[in-house]
Amino acid sequence: MRLAPAPTASRRFAQGLLALAALVLVTGGGGGRPAFADTLDDAVNGLASGSGEKISAAVKQLATLDDPRAIPALDALCDDRLRAGADGRAWIFDSHTHDLKDPLTGAPAPAGARPAKEVELDNDIRREAQPVLAQLQLASPDKSVRLAAAEELSKAGSDDAAVMLHKAYDKEKDKGVHDALALAVARLDIQSKDPAARLAAVQLIHKSGNDAMLGELQRLLSVGADGQPQEPDAQVRAEAKEALNAVMSRRRIITAVGSVIYGVSLASVLLFAALGLAITFGLLGVINMAHGEMLMLGAYATYAVQTFFQNHLAGAFQYYLVAAVPVAFIVTFAVGVVLERLVIRHLYNRPLETLLATWGISLILIQTVRLIFGAQNVAVANPDWLAGGVELAHGLVLPYNRIGVVVFVVAVSAAVWVLLYRTRLGLNVRAITQNRNMAACVGIPTKRLDAWMFGLGSGIAGLGGVALSQLGNVGPELGQSYIIDSFMVVVLGGVGRLAGAIVSALGLGVINKLIEPAAGAVMGKIVVLGFIILFIQRRPQGLFAIKGRSEA
Amino acid sequence: MRERLLQFHGRRGWLLLAVAAAVLIVLVPVLNSLPKSFPLSVPDYLIPLLGKFLCYGIMAIAMDLVWGYTGILSLGHALFFALGGYGMGMYLMRRMAGEGVYRSNLPDFMVFLDWKQLPWYWHGFQHFGFAVVMLLLVPGLLALVFGWFAFRSRIKGVYLSIVTQALTFAAMLLFFQNDTGFGGNNGLTDFKHLLGRSLQSPSTKMALYVASAVALVLTYLLCRFVVTSKLGRVLTAIRDAELKTRFCGYESTHYKVFVWTLSAMLCALAGALYVPQVGIINPSEMQPSNSIELAIWVAVGGRGTLIGPVLGALLLNGAKSYLTAAFPSAWLYVLGGIFVLVTLFLPRGVLGLLTTVRKRKAAGAPRAAEVERPEAPAEHAGTPEKATVSP
Repeated sequence: MRLAPAPTASRRFAQGLLALAALVLVTGGGGGRPAFADTLDDAVNGLASGSGEKISAAVKQLATLDDPRAIPALDALCDDRLRAGADGRAWIFDSHTHDLKDPLTGAPAPAGARPAKEVELDNDIRREAQPVLAQLQLASPDKSVRLAAAEELSKAGSDDAAVMLHKAYDKEKDKGVHDALALAVARLDIQSKDPAARLAAVQLIHKSGNDAMLGELQRLLSVGADGQPQEPDAQVRAEAKEALNAVMSRRRIITAVGSVIYGVSLASVLLFAALGLAITFGLLGVINMAHGEMLMLGAYATYAVQTFFQNHLAGAFQYYLVAAVPVAFIVTFAVGVVLERLVIRHLYNRPLETLLATWGISLILIQTVRLIFGAQNVAVANPDWLAGGVELAHGLVLPYNRIGVVVFVVAVSAAVWVLLYRTRLGLNVRAITQNRNMAACVGIPTKRLDAWMFGLGSGIAGLGGVALSQLGNVGPELGQSYIIDSFMVVVLGGVGRLAGAIVSALGLGVINKLIEPAAGAVMGKIVVLGFIILFIQRRPQGLFAIKGRSEA
Repeated sequence: MRERLLQFHGRRGWLLLAVAAAVLIVLVPVLNSLPKSFPLSVPDYLIPLLGKFLCYGIMAIAMDLVWGYTGILSLGHALFFALGGYGMGMYLMRRMAGEGVYRSNLPDFMVFLDWKQLPWYWHGFQHFGFAVVMLLLVPGLLALVFGWFAFRSRIKGVYLSIVTQALTFAAMLLFFQNDTGFGGNNGLTDFKHLLGRSLQSPSTKMALYVASAVALVLTYLLCRFVVTSKLGRVLTAIRDAELKTRFCGYESTHYKVFVWTLSAMLCALAGALYVPQVGIINPSEMQPSNSIELAIWVAVGGRGTLIGPVLGALLLNGAKSYLTAAFPSAWLYVLGGIFVLVTLFLPRGVLGLLTTVRKRKAAGAPRAAEVERPEAPAEHAGTPEKATVSP
């Protein structure tokens, strides 16, 4: 791939020859090998020469040779990993193993190479070497290397870089890299003095819809200090205006889609809290203010399991989450059952007192966790298979942990549904919900089921805690921030309705995130709370009210 | 007249009240003025603390009016308290115009935000009278509107609790915003003087304490007047059986709105007295836990007694002041434990316990365990899905 226009190339070639001559002198003719047969080898070794000019000449030589095999050597040069061996050759230094490797073959260095000293280079050379490296990388078979190289070149902003990028752009087959190259080209061309090039650049930006160039477009359209538009050419201006609109509308769509995705993920966390509340509130008529603390306990259980795996089962660390799910459920289930037996069962029929008592319990739980784990937040690491994300479009990444949380909540909701509507236990529970006395009359063990269901509600919140631990930090006050929201979900959805909880959690989560970009996070929350307060005025029984005589 | 006064309180009740008022209003200042070496002398630093507790006492009475007597558990009373406090804070901020860090006519935080002029709702607050009227009217109006809509829609029980909590939470978020114009996170602070007197001087602190004590006694008398009147009877009837009361021809909504608004305004008064004594008002006063703690003061003291909540507020806040300093990690256990134990074993609070003990002694029957539940099941009978569990 010959890239530079003829005059430059010939000049380079001459420089290259000079450099070669110098190299031959320095390296002693490469151990008797014919100089021109090993040009690449020589040029690479030239990178490790003592003087700046020689290094610079070697870099230019490599640019002319345009051989991707030189990439490791140049890369090492830019990263300060290149060493000049005692034998006068260039070696790549591995900072982990402290080995020296041959830059072309990767073979370990013979004993004669040591001691090797660092190649000293100034920023000028580095600035020269980087575009050359990028140029070589543009031809690399690896997609991501080509992408990074395009990025590097467009930042360099020289004419040579523009020519290289154009060539690469025309040749590129892969769509993703092609788009990225288009942008890199456009970023350079938009600065060009040629109106046609600028026009082409603007059109490219328009086509790609990428918002990375928004600032450039706005600059073209803006008016300078002298009252003249920055862009003299009217056609380019018109095109830029259109491109700007296209980019903006695309950005709006992406923001909206992103909000919906984040809304769904917020909704899934709310749903975890609300599912349990819907069960305890619906079945037992109990307002459990300590419900948020069950989320917190679940998250801390996850943290404990993670720590245990780190210390004792480091090999299976990636799967700690699989163990954390049952552990968190069992812990919170047990806490829930104990609470029900000790406190809550004495307070049925007195919902206001339950509210206060469970608030007291929540304080005790928070303080206990603080004493055990400390008041500071603890970090729960994502396992590798939940780290990262899929990029749906430019600027819209869907993280795996959020997908995982949504999948998890769907699975748990389905399980709860099956339990409540497809098992004998569920039938009994629903019977109690409808008429406790009658259910007791036909032999349903209402007391025992109360405890079980309270435990189940707590256990589901515990599972929510596992999910929360994957989204952010875990602290003793974690539950407090969710309790009001989850009550809103239950109240909005209608007490004791599974479907109501799901629909209102989704609705609240998505609405919250949709308002956020326009009004800010806090205002979004205020608007939603205000909306709920108004909504309850209209429909005190919630969206999915149970038909009954309760509205008398 | 005499009859009404006696119905108001028995002779012994009046006497006790007079003694309590004398202790609060006269004895404490006298003890404070004694030389420090005197064993019973009340040190200066205790005065604002006591004043603060008395403000909590006013708040507790206000809470008791709606919860103990009318059966509405509000989890939003901290909102009204904070609004009253903000009203007073605005007055104090306006009075120190030009004395702030920036020597500007505007409050410091506005200068900091680069605001050029006062927002419209700050106008007039440099006049004490206007500020006092506003700090009572605004929370009152808010309570009136909110109460009207909530009670008209027959939102009651835990639903009302949750909605009031949501309202307070929303307001807290709003006040946390800098744009709202109340100083954001930091709130209003750095007050210099009230009615021309320096807030730092012991005499002003004493005056504020006495004002709080007088306000507490007056609040008590006002609430006593309300609950011993016919209106009070209706309120109790609403608490015990709202539907029956309605069917008897009493429009329960009106009664509830009235008592709700009155309670909110009393809270605002407490907040207004509280702010100059602690020297700061910020949105964290509205956090949900404050409203819930208020409920537990009332529950500890004894609901439906008026004097109980004051005792509860003094007791719990005294314990809090002591324990958070002496055993910081134990306080939440104590508070949490009180929440659980009081609701489980002392549904009528300390005062209820005393009454029971006295009655038992009088009757000479050691096993006359009489535990009255302040909330009749009728309140929940309306919802069949939460039908009563047979004990």
